[in-house]
Amino acid sequence: MRYAETGVNLEVDLSRGSVERVKTDPELTRLHLGGQGTAAKILWDRVPPEVDPLDPENLLIFSTGLLHSTLVPGANRTAVDTFSPQTGRYSHSLFGGFFGPEMKYAGYDKFIFCGKADDLVYVWVNNDKVEIRDAGHLRGKGAQETALILKEEVGDPHAQVASIGLAGENRVYLASIEHANSSASRGVGVVMGDKRIKAIIVRGTKDVNVAQPKELAEIGIPMYKEMYDNKECGDSMAHGEGDEFHVDNFAWGNARARRKNFFSKEMEEEWVSLEDRLRMRWTGCHNCPKDCHQAIKYPGRMPYFQKCYSKLTYAMGAFGDLDFDYNIIGITQEYGMDAYSTPQVIAFAIELYEAGILTDKELPDFPLFDREDSDGIKVNESRFFYLVEKIARREGIGDILANGVYAAARQIGNGAEEYDHNTIKKFEQVPIKLNYVNYPYFLMYATGEKMNITQIEGSFPQAPIADKAEREEFVRNWDAAPERFKKWFLAWEPRQNPSLEASVHICDWNEAMHYIDDAIGTCAFLSSFRGQFGGRPPYHIYNLPAFITRASGIELDSDELWEVSRRNRNLVRALNIRRGLRRADEKPPADHWKKREPENEQKLLDMYYEFKGWNNDGIPTRETLDRLGLDYVSEDFIQRGILVEGEDDLS
Amino acid sequence: MVTVEDCSKKRIVKEIKVDLDKCIGCRACEMACSGFHAVPKFSSTNPARSRIRVIVEDRKDVYVPVRAGDYTPAECNGRNTYVINGKEYSECSFCTASCPARDLFKAPDSGLPLRCDMCADDPTLPVPMCVQVCRSDTLTYVEREEESREEVTYDEVESGLESLANRYGIDKVADLVARISRTKS
Repeated sequence: MRYAETGVNLEVDLSRGSVERVKTDPELTRLHLGGQGTAAKILWDRVPPEVDPLDPENLLIFSTGLLHSTLVPGANRTAVDTFSPQTGRYSHSLFGGFFGPEMKYAGYDKFIFCGKADDLVYVWVNNDKVEIRDAGHLRGKGAQETALILKEEVGDPHAQVASIGLAGENRVYLASIEHANSSASRGVGVVMGDKRIKAIIVRGTKDVNVAQPKELAEIGIPMYKEMYDNKECGDSMAHGEGDEFHVDNFAWGNARARRKNFFSKEMEEEWVSLEDRLRMRWTGCHNCPKDCHQAIKYPGRMPYFQKCYSKLTYAMGAFGDLDFDYNIIGITQEYGMDAYSTPQVIAFAIELYEAGILTDKELPDFPLFDREDSDGIKVNESRFFYLVEKIARREGIGDILANGVYAAARQIGNGAEEYDHNTIKKFEQVPIKLNYVNYPYFLMYATGEKMNITQIEGSFPQAPIADKAEREEFVRNWDAAPERFKKWFLAWEPRQNPSLEASVHICDWNEAMHYIDDAIGTCAFLSSFRGQFGGRPPYHIYNLPAFITRASGIELDSDELWEVSRRNRNLVRALNIRRGLRRADEKPPADHWKKREPENEQKLLDMYYEFKGWNNDGIPTRETLDRLGLDYVSEDFIQRGILVEGEDDLS
Repeated sequence: MVTVEDCSKKRIVKEIKVDLDKCIGCRACEMACSGFHAVPKFSSTNPARSRIRVIVEDRKDVYVPVRAGDYTPAECNGRNTYVINGKEYSECSFCTASCPARDLFKAPDSGLPLRCDMCADDPTLPVPMCVQVCRSDTLTYVEREEESREEVTYDEVESGLESLANRYGIDKVADLVARISRTKS
């Protein structure tokens, strides 16, 4: 019997219209645990670099995490993995809610889609029964509108739906996949649209078994209370407290300027009262006691769920206000557009217009700015509404902007490239502009492959503690941290960088925890993202092995768990190396920090690569790959001339 | 329902109060319930086997945890819609029955009806599992003492007699009833 997992993947070939249930190799679960890890293995085996992301041969994989549907609270994040047409490289996104758990109850660890349907379809997975159905009647429908129609259509209110809106249908690169209270972005929505999948609806009524029932319940059941009582986990910034942090520290407009001390007491009062009026309820994801999502009813809009920083991304991009943000998300979520990158693309276009690079010819009937704000800055809310419509429909200039800032800047030309200042590896980054280079963050931005800093940072605190006694107290209770980090944190003074050596380890630990979460399905807000504020994540490297072993029967300790994350991390790196990623690509946005230390930054990269067992160009060496059991990768690298046999460590 | 009075005595009434406003829709109650009732205990989870289900219509802000009650062989011949605080609820959202109109509260394989037993166990749990994991306090457990008239329903009498009849034959049972009724009257 397979424990925690089902041992079955669902393969759907949309070109042939065929469906197959395929048994998986338990050895792969032992090596990668599941989720992103096993998805990376499938992408490696089946999607060679010659395949363009918009070729039918590209795969779109929905993965449950190993711990989904067990009594381990907060394991519900579904991973979506593919190759992105925006970056040409590996694309990975996670969404919360209820979809992955339902997949498992239907009897599947993964849904693997290949090929392309002739026209829009939806896939109905009802336990063993799987149908590819025509979705002509859903064309142009909103993502949640689609979910409601489909639940009605299949007659099952308990079914879970993942769908795309207009943006995905139109192959907008910024398209998201929407589900219940969550969404996946960063290149996965466009591939779903390209495969002509409007929606997937799943319903499952099968058991998911665990290996050590009593022992798992003993540690699983108390976690509900522990997590609920722990105020430093979940989206602790969602409940109002995060507004000041984001408003004062993140950059406005086209990722330009910080407005320190912009947030005021009056704003806070006004915002809290607005949210109280708009919010129907706080809600959570499957089997998790935290309530990180607001159900919002904005007048005239379909009710939607707001999470994380999206309540400010549009407002700050447009120099607008909170009401505007809640208003426009009502549209963009139905269109299925990523709330991080979309506002940046639009703010970029508005700057081009102001600079005369885009004109009324490209933007016919482009609205005037709405008003000037208290600092005399132009507010661009109407322009945002205008451009959202153009992009979602790929209409006029929207057809270019829909490719993201990097590609659009080059297509528009005429100096537009200068305005693309906040992308790396062709992808929009969180708009943060700071003063002095931060060593661990330099490494995370440069070498991370999850494309958004929030998916890379998170275990080591963002800032030191000034007071020595407080610092010591913090370290004393820091169960989540390996010993070496306690020493480094104790030595860390304000306005200093941790040492180069410490920074290398910090980057490694931070990303390791994300690779673990993304394999087992636990939410970053309970684990990999949450240590950086307060240092008390409910899940960490020391207590996770027991949950994994008792649920799945896979025996492993903390070191072995870290080794799995290393394996998955190197396999993901290999996917991108095979598609051309090299050291030259590994840099933060040029203006992310005003004051840089080029020499130390290169030293950091050297040290990090060496620590990771990568050569000077950032390519995992044969020795590293073979030690991790990825010898099929090193063989491929040698065959392709990416590594040279015998001298790979020197190249 | 027509009842036959037996005798009066005190009994403990176990009750789970449900505060719909507090529900975050996480469905932890379903997980804990299905785990607890798995054989062996906690060996599997499956919301479809849970004796508590959260009825969710997220765009209408409807979140209603419902515990499995009795089996009924027929569906309602008319259903009400309730509007509470401006929100529309179908009567089914509050109904505890395992009935032919929906797939709630039926074991997925056998189709046999499921019924909440308040986690009756040996020893009895101080608080049912669903309440234990409900941290938002949507579900709270209350025990109170109540004067009660122990009731025997005709349904139970009838099914008891029927099984006796099946086992010993209707004639024997009829003779027995006649004899007893003579001594009692």
